[in-house]
Amino acid sequence: MTRSKSITSAAFPLRLVARLWGDRMSAVLTLVSIAILVALVPVFEWAILDAHWAVAAPADCRGGGACWAFIAAKLRLILFGLYPPEAQWRAILVIALILALVLLTLSPRLWGGRLMLVWSAGIAVMLVLMGGGIFGLSPVPTSKWGGLPVTLLLAVLSLGLAFPFAVILALGRRGSLPVVRGLSIFLIEIVRGLPLVGLLFVAAILLPLFLPADWTIDKLGRTLAALTVFAAAYLAEVIRGGLQGLPPGQVEAAQALGIPYWKAVWHIVLPQAIQKVIPPLTNTAIVMVKNTSLVLIVGVFDMLSAARSAATDPAWPAPSIEAYLFVAGIYFIICFGIARYSRHLETGIKSRSQS
Amino acid sequence: MTQAIEVTELNKYYGSYHALRDVDFAVAERERVVICGPSGSGKSTLIRCLNRLERHDSGAIRIRGIELGDDLRNIEEVRREAGMVFQHFNLFPHLSVLENCALPQILSRRTPRKEAEARARDYLDRVRILDQAAKFPGQLSGGQQQRAAIARALCMEPKIMLFDEPTSALDPEMISEVLETMVTLAEGGMTMVVVTHEMGFARRVADRVVYMEAGQIVETAPPDRFFDAPQDERSRRFLSKLVAV
Ligand SMILES: Nc1ncnc2c1ncn2[C@@H]1O[C@H](COP(=O)(O)OP(=O)(O)OP(=O)(O)O)[C@@H](O)[C@H]1O
Ligand SMILES: [Mg+2]
Repeated sequence: MTRSKSITSAAFPLRLVARLWGDRMSAVLTLVSIAILVALVPVFEWAILDAHWAVAAPADCRGGGACWAFIAAKLRLILFGLYPPEAQWRAILVIALILALVLLTLSPRLWGGRLMLVWSAGIAVMLVLMGGGIFGLSPVPTSKWGGLPVTLLLAVLSLGLAFPFAVILALGRRGSLPVVRGLSIFLIEIVRGLPLVGLLFVAAILLPLFLPADWTIDKLGRTLAALTVFAAAYLAEVIRGGLQGLPPGQVEAAQALGIPYWKAVWHIVLPQAIQKVIPPLTNTAIVMVKNTSLVLIVGVFDMLSAARSAATDPAWPAPSIEAYLFVAGIYFIICFGIARYSRHLETGIKSRSQS
Repeated sequence: MTQAIEVTELNKYYGSYHALRDVDFAVAERERVVICGPSGSGKSTLIRCLNRLERHDSGAIRIRGIELGDDLRNIEEVRREAGMVFQHFNLFPHLSVLENCALPQILSRRTPRKEAEARARDYLDRVRILDQAAKFPGQLSGGQQQRAAIARALCMEPKIMLFDEPTSALDPEMISEVLETMVTLAEGGMTMVVVTHEMGFARRVADRVVYMEAGQIVETAPPDRFFDAPQDERSRRFLSKLVAV
């Protein structure tokens, strides 16, 4: 800092040289950066300069750069899986609905019971749209659901359904009733001790063997249940951290004012507990979004499975890199969005707590 | 005359520690009682038993005729009759000052929002911080926060107000503004139990001073007699230290 100040009067190129090479550390960093840029040149060539953006036939993609034409040709399959093309507008509508609800939820001012009702109604509409079978919509079994709507539904529903369980587990673990506390600890630790893959296998493959034959919860539902249980255990620990940071005076004040227990939890305890744990909460949300891709191993057709199956089309010469990159891009946009949003929330909280 | 508060043979243990020993204590309607005593003598414990923030182990507590025990309905009713002000204010930091005063009414008495906000404004005006209503607690001075906490308790329209060292977390220059608010409240005829070491306040407002030590009530006397001519050896020792500081 002091170095650059002493030469502020110098011309810009001179200053730049001083910045980049001024001492040993900056010189090393500059060299490393240049090396990285040079290494990226072939990537840039592959992805942009030599890329095939549109081709007449799949075979034209052979040689040279990336085959983005493949993505264009397979877009429908990657985004919607095996969903019937004539009903595709319904899947598009579901994606739009999820995005609209998420946008609505971004403003903390709207948080509360009413927003939960809107979400419940929205989810019901989405399930009807996806599944059909009433209102003259052609029925589509969940085995035909796929792609982005499945990924988004699994992520949003598993987090949303896990939340109330997580709150109850966290309160139970901190509560004074020994039985409830023991049970909460047991459930949380069991689930946290198991790999998600194992839970998914149990839900998708083992569970049907143990349930009576007429208990036909479909595989997507069972997968969602496994994701929910998994998310609940992790969220519970995050929320418990927030509860621990809450001064006991807050609950006492609520009690002294005669506020009933669950109302105090909802209006006084949870908002403060959650504000304290926004970074780890964000982390769990991002991890869960990406965890939904693990459902492919039990044969649920999420976006990643759809991309994988698109890439196996023998007509196209080895396009799997492009397919995976495309899906990675979508995951990145979602997760980066969550991260940015949590930063925005934190700044809002800081501005209120400081004079 | 019915008693506002009637405590008989009260005993309270924290584990094996005997925090209140056979305490007998009564406050008449519209009476103002100041409780003082050394740290750890059980003042907070006693006042917190009065609205069941602590449960007692034996003895009886009656608040305006309501028996305080395991009956949840009674606990609810007692908390409606008795408001409480804490040493550290305990305002809800995520809510604006106005919302701090309005939301508890909505949650515990189902007051319509309009009415709750109107009452909140009214009491914030009485403690003279209506201009701070839109701010958050963290943006207020300590004295303003404590006055907001008093307004919040008053919004529930209690018949009794319990204060646990309301000024001891405040900077000296803010103590008087809070005490002034409390004097006004006393002049309005509120029944008050105040744990405090503010002698000037006690002399001006209290009908009686109760001196506690080691979980027992050692002496009860009108403030002038208590401060000028304490009867018990222990109160005398305590007062001499208080003056020395
Ligand atoms: N939750 C608790 N668990 C265990 N012991 C406690 C608890 N609360 C208070 N005590 C003990 O009970 C005794 C009385 O405490 P109390 O808070 O009533 O004292 P106090 O007179 O209000 O003191 P101070 O002037 O410091 O506020 C103290 O010895 C304290 O250590
Ligand atoms: Mg105390």
